[in-house]
Amino acid sequence: MATTYTLISSNVLGSSAASVTFSSIPSTYTDLVLRMSARGTWGGATGIYTEFNFNSDTSSIHSWTMLTGYGSGGVVSARYTAQNFIAPNVFNGAGSTSNTFTNIEMYVPNYAGNKNKVASIFGVDENNNTAAEIGVVAGLYSSTTAITSIAIRPDSGAGSFVSGSSFYLYGIKNS
Amino acid sequence: MASTYEPIATTTVAVAAATITFSGIASSWTDLRVVLVATSSSALAGPRIQFNSDTATNYSYTNLKGDGTSATSNRSTSNNYLQAQGINLTTTPSLLSYDIFSYTGSTFKTVLTSSSQDYNGSGTVQNQVGLWRSTSAITSITFSGAGLFVFDAGTTATLYGIKAA
Repeated sequence: MATTYTLISSNVLGSSAASVTFSSIPSTYTDLVLRMSARGTWGGATGIYTEFNFNSDTSSIHSWTMLTGYGSGGVVSARYTAQNFIAPNVFNGAGSTSNTFTNIEMYVPNYAGNKNKVASIFGVDENNNTAAEIGVVAGLYSSTTAITSIAIRPDSGAGSFVSGSSFYLYGIKNS
Repeated sequence: MASTYEPIATTTVAVAAATITFSGIASSWTDLRVVLVATSSSALAGPRIQFNSDTATNYSYTNLKGDGTSATSNRSTSNNYLQAQGINLTTTPSLLSYDIFSYTGSTFKTVLTSSSQDYNGSGTVQNQVGLWRSTSAITSITFSGAGLFVFDAGTTATLYGIKAA
């Protein structure tokens, strides 16, 4: 029986970068998994987003519903429609505890199919501080076009990812 | 290193179906994972999952759910099945993943379920921890729904096996 969960591409930053893009994603697989561990140059600690855009699409057809836990700040749900990205509310900036990184996994089933594309995202920015978050997102890219690129960036205008941030894209076959 | 994360079986619904079943599951792996990408025109409550055709009240679950406005948690005990959030659109699939730990072990079975449904203006995100109070190895998994619930054609369900070593 075939083994799956194959590394398609990786990017471990040797210097800071404003964004990371996986492009020319082949349609060889059934599902995609993106796993990342990143920290930003933004001067704050937490409280901003990590953004995911599909196919460089800026026609406001990304949306998401999210559930975010703020520790003693409780749990909040929010929804964003007609956006240019899907974004969990987790991000470790330069103001957060040293050596702490945001860790996120995104799962995209049937990314090459002919229906709207859905995504599940789970992320954390734990940093041994009161300002830490855990986020779960149901994302939607309302396009029937196959996903061939994924771009990741810090919340708009909020600096870059630091050197050492890592990004891995895996493909999963169902047969 | 031994291979892991292997596709065991996949089902693509050809015509609307009330149930999806994986049976004859071997004990070759440590954990199981099911990825269900589903649409349903029946707009009823979410899919139910049962193991080994057990319809007794051996299931319980605790949910954490966000609907875009409020975050809630609820619990169901001594139930006849585990049940995740609903599937209610035919154009946009819902993604449900089920991680089933130590499915051949001699202790009760834990299931972590992630349910993602955003419809650009409605939808929910939900995580669930489920328990099947049985010491039997899981050899079959059945997805179904209440009443007239059906999985639409095009729904896919894939069962993966994960080995610890």
